[in-house]
Amino acid sequence: MSMNSPQLAEKEAKTAPAPARRKASRKAQGSIVPRATVAGRALVAVVAIMTFLASLTLGTVMAVRATAETWRSDVAREVTIQIRAGDPAAVDAQVKAATEIAQRTPGIGEVHVLSQDETGRLLEPWLGTGLDFSDLPVPRIIVLRLDPSQTADLARLRRTLTDKIPTASLDDHRSWSRRLGSMAEGVMATGIGLLVLVAIATVLSVVFATRAAVATNRTIVEVLHFVGARDGFIAAQFQRHFLKIGTQGGLLGGLCASAVFLAIASLPRLGFGGDPENPSILTWLYPGLLGFAGIAVLVLLVAGVTALTSRMTVYRTLRTIQ
Amino acid sequence: MVGGRKTSDSLKVGALVRFENVGLRYGMGPEVLKDVTFGIEPNSFQFLTGPSGAGKTTLMRLLFLSLKPTRGLITLFGRDVSSLDPDEVAVLRRRIGIVFQDFRLLDHLTTYENVALPLRVLGKEETSYRAEVTELMHWVGLGDRMNVLPPVLSGGEKQRAAIARALIGRPEFLLADEPTGNVDPTLARRLLRLFVELNKSGTSVLLATHDIALMDQFDARRLVIADGRLYVYE
Repeated sequence: MSMNSPQLAEKEAKTAPAPARRKASRKAQGSIVPRATVAGRALVAVVAIMTFLASLTLGTVMAVRATAETWRSDVAREVTIQIRAGDPAAVDAQVKAATEIAQRTPGIGEVHVLSQDETGRLLEPWLGTGLDFSDLPVPRIIVLRLDPSQTADLARLRRTLTDKIPTASLDDHRSWSRRLGSMAEGVMATGIGLLVLVAIATVLSVVFATRAAVATNRTIVEVLHFVGARDGFIAAQFQRHFLKIGTQGGLLGGLCASAVFLAIASLPRLGFGGDPENPSILTWLYPGLLGFAGIAVLVLLVAGVTALTSRMTVYRTLRTIQ
Repeated sequence: MVGGRKTSDSLKVGALVRFENVGLRYGMGPEVLKDVTFGIEPNSFQFLTGPSGAGKTTLMRLLFLSLKPTRGLITLFGRDVSSLDPDEVAVLRRRIGIVFQDFRLLDHLTTYENVALPLRVLGKEETSYRAEVTELMHWVGLGDRMNVLPPVLSGGEKQRAAIARALIGRPEFLLADEPTGNVDPTLARRLLRLFVELNKSGTSVLLATHDIALMDQFDARRLVIADGRLYVYE
């Protein structure tokens, strides 16, 4: 600006205390919206808690889905033939005939007739130990393992069995599979519902925090308006702060949730719940790589939603300040 | 007072500002401005004066687009202000420099950052305007106060920082609301000289004041508000 100086620099009070001078301020310009007046730590904590809950929900849903899928495929890999109890000699003959039919059926990999001891172990949870099963009408069980490389025609096997051995029945575990499927779907639907609620709570928290921040900084907003700042510029100043808050809170919540899942996954190594047949603790609660990737995406989403929500709220609030 | 001719016929084509029968009321209250008609020409200097509560601040707010009139027509730089969207208002404000009576400096920014604010909001790189801001700050006598935060500046220094901020964007029209209200008579005279210098360099100046002694020091047009009506003395 080339103007003739009116020499206004004459001795005004120049008694500024040293701490009031900001070092190297012209190199790194101060933030237009002061950090201290943006509801900082409390909002970071709120966002962190929301992200933690959302991550736990997401991880649990992923773990339930994966575990249910594993159980379903385990159940679907095997079918059983049941021969009703009757005359022992006749039952033995029926077992033999059923075994032969099963072995001849394409797609059946392995046929195993459960011995009395094995059947007894299956019944132990209900009847206890030390019982003589010879007096009880216990059906005989033939376990058929399906060959994964071929498709077995189970409907035809069922027809053949019931035609030739009226006391035989084929159980392909469809009802179990259906129950597992609906259980997993129910958990997922509940999880999605929880995620939506957490998202709404997060958005509302950010909306209130942004409104409070704009109200606190109303003077700054007015000055920015008067020096010709567009609403977009002002919104960007607030958005930058809330993006930081969202990222910090999101990372904190996501990392805590991941730590919880990793801690649960490491329980078997510490000697807890290592028996796969007896998963007494939540060792099955491992979201897998996909789950952790989902948590990472969730953290990014939380940061983005926080920034976007603050931007939209600032825009709306600015309409009332001109 | 020079001139003393009372007139309401001061509208000319090409004026920076034109008010035609402007009226304003707050809510359902009485009109605080009634049938205000005047114009402000390029390169002109005028005082706006009147008793407290007469409507000076309201008129200033209309001039820097902080209010819209209840009735009448206001054109600023040839644009009807009633049809402006927020972005257009921002663009027009960049052509106006405003000095507030209470300075409105941002306390968390240094004096340098406050002065540079209008350029920063344009998205300019700091390196592109550093020399210009530094030169202007030396010009208004704040060369050694650039890295100081406003709370420790004296009243006169704050006033000059506010003026520098209003000038850094090279406005075509400068509005100053009681710029000498918080300073001693000596500094008031210096500030008046500063505004006169600005006017000579091509900026139209509207200086709102109730300081008769100050107005008597410079022969300029006077806009007088009384009871919501404006009287122009050329």
